[in-house]
Amino acid sequence: MSSGTLYDKVWDLHRVTELPGGSTQLFVGLHLIHEVTSPQAFAALTDKGLTVRCPERTVATVDHIVPTISQQRPFEDPLAEEMLSTLERNCAQHGIVLNGLGSGRQGIVHVIAPELGLTQPGMTVACGDSHTSTHGAFGAIAFGIGTSQVRDVLASQSLAMNKLKVRRIQVNGQLSDGVSAKDLVLHVIRTLGVKGGVGFAYEFAGPAIELLSMEERMTLCNMAIEGGARCGYVNPDQVTFDYLNGRVHAPSGEDWDRAVAWWSSLASDADAVVDDEVVFDASAIAPTVTWGITPGQGLGIDESIPMPESLEAGERPMAEEAYRYMDLQPGTPIAGVAVDVCFIGSCTNGRLSDLRAAAAVAKGRQVADGIRAFVVPGSEQVAKAAEAEGLDEVFRAAGFEWREPGCSMCLAMNPDRLEGRQISASSSNRNFKGRQGSASGRTLLMSPAMVAAAAVHGRVTDVRSLSPQPDL
Amino acid sequence: MASFPSGPIQLVEGRALVVAGEDIDTDRIIPARFLKCVSFDALGDQVFADDRKELDGKHPFDHPQSQGASILVVNGNFGCGSSREHAPQALMRWGIRAVVGVSFAEIFFGNCLALGIPCTTAAPDQIKTIQAAIQADLSRPWSLDLDEMRLSVEEESWVVAVDPGPGEMLRSGRWDATSQLLDNGPQVDALMEHLPYLNRFQKAA
Ligand code: SF4
Repeated sequence: MSSGTLYDKVWDLHRVTELPGGSTQLFVGLHLIHEVTSPQAFAALTDKGLTVRCPERTVATVDHIVPTISQQRPFEDPLAEEMLSTLERNCAQHGIVLNGLGSGRQGIVHVIAPELGLTQPGMTVACGDSHTSTHGAFGAIAFGIGTSQVRDVLASQSLAMNKLKVRRIQVNGQLSDGVSAKDLVLHVIRTLGVKGGVGFAYEFAGPAIELLSMEERMTLCNMAIEGGARCGYVNPDQVTFDYLNGRVHAPSGEDWDRAVAWWSSLASDADAVVDDEVVFDASAIAPTVTWGITPGQGLGIDESIPMPESLEAGERPMAEEAYRYMDLQPGTPIAGVAVDVCFIGSCTNGRLSDLRAAAAVAKGRQVADGIRAFVVPGSEQVAKAAEAEGLDEVFRAAGFEWREPGCSMCLAMNPDRLEGRQISASSSNRNFKGRQGSASGRTLLMSPAMVAAAAVHGRVTDVRSLSPQPDL
Repeated sequence: MASFPSGPIQLVEGRALVVAGEDIDTDRIIPARFLKCVSFDALGDQVFADDRKELDGKHPFDHPQSQGASILVVNGNFGCGSSREHAPQALMRWGIRAVVGVSFAEIFFGNCLALGIPCTTAAPDQIKTIQAAIQADLSRPWSLDLDEMRLSVEEESWVVAVDPGPGEMLRSGRWDATSQLLDNGPQVDALMEHLPYLNRFQKAA
């Protein structure tokens, strides 16, 4: 059993009591909601005659269903309009702050909570969305929940949970140039498998992790869930504090100093005990791309689609399914696979640094003929900051579309979707069959810089092989 | 359709069906385009929509003899991927009242528990045997007994497992967590009074 880790400390602080069934009642410090998983929870609350216990500890935004071309209300899609107006009504009725369209604070829930300073070290963060693990980047325990649990949190500000084991993912060395946090996490998932983390919280630690910016840490923790770990976290440090300092909801003045002292005390102790530890060498990781239909089917950019006989018996059926669905033959090098659509955005890679990395590749180049490429900032704040730097112009000049914030083509709940058997290079987090809106559509996951490289070549391309840009 | 689960869950009876395969994610159980709804009512017809379309009537959920079945037997890491509760909701509204498999994704397991749907496990080779037994004759009535922790058909039976906590919650009818959580309101108040970030970081934890 783990002890002395951040996970243990934060868990203990939020433990209300043990429940008769053996689970723990855990207090939820920050509850985030959006239009998709909350309407049924509010309805159930009303059915039971209950109210929201701590409206000030729940924060809402709208992200999944919003169109990214025109956000004019009412939306063209009546279902999307109904979902947003239901959220608006529920928030108004229960006194919950909604960071709506045009508020300057709207965006993908996992982008806005950190940028508003809502997510802080030592909190428990819950949201009806599996990528809530993102917020662990701050040294919070953050996890996705289902709609009935959303109802529970609304009603009681707490949840019935079972404690996870802790696995330390120790990453030594340093990521090479052109290799990002996305590549690192795709590499971890590829190595440990999509269910390797079931039952665990992942503590990402070591020199390579300490060197990551907050946005990179968010990318990393975002995808912990794709490796089966319901939450992932990084111990808070100066990088965390520098990011938070001055944000709207971050503490200020004297509170700030006390906060930093408290946050610092939460980091895992030097002699903390973990249930498991796996060591990686960051310098050995190449830009990584998925070729199949689970995020675990990843390859270094210089590798080829695996031969069935090179795989463990248990992996073969999924690989066979992937060869067929993706229409990719074993032995084909992943570099050079042609793509149709290039998507930069999502809660994994829709932040300013992601857009900068992609723009650095796009600058002075042109999207290849026949490729549809578009960039969707993760939030209104990201959009504004990117526009202030002229990134929108860089993308437009290169032939990318520049869109309004939302989840967009990460999943098929808005007008952005693949058609037929189109294949996308995507900076999002899931390559499941049909994920991007066409039942036969195909997805290659990669970093935003790699998506930009794929866009300008029309094929999967090692971003490190592009000649350096003259400063245009 | 049988009514939704309520009260203590000790016995689930009915025909069984098999959806074989590792890592069947919630996007497959209910594709994302069906999430655009403000109520769960219509989800039952949409369960496994894309897989069913692809198999053109040959999917287990389309088999005439499996209509009205209530026990679903799956393989490993079932329900991985998106946290959407629409997945167990879709299964439940189709008629599923219990799932047996090698392993389950945690969020999916929790979502099922919150609906009173037990997800019980057995070893991979046992699951294979069970799946073969179901497929040999889809019309036989099975039973999942949560007191005995056995899955049975006629004179055959297998031991299944569920963690003690969730098992107890199901058997006692306390799987509906909301009421339990609400009972402890005063403890929640006490905790909030001491949590540093709710008290301008002035209180020691
Ligand atoms: S960007 Fe994608 S993964 Fe992230 S919250 Fe939106 S739909 Fe979910």
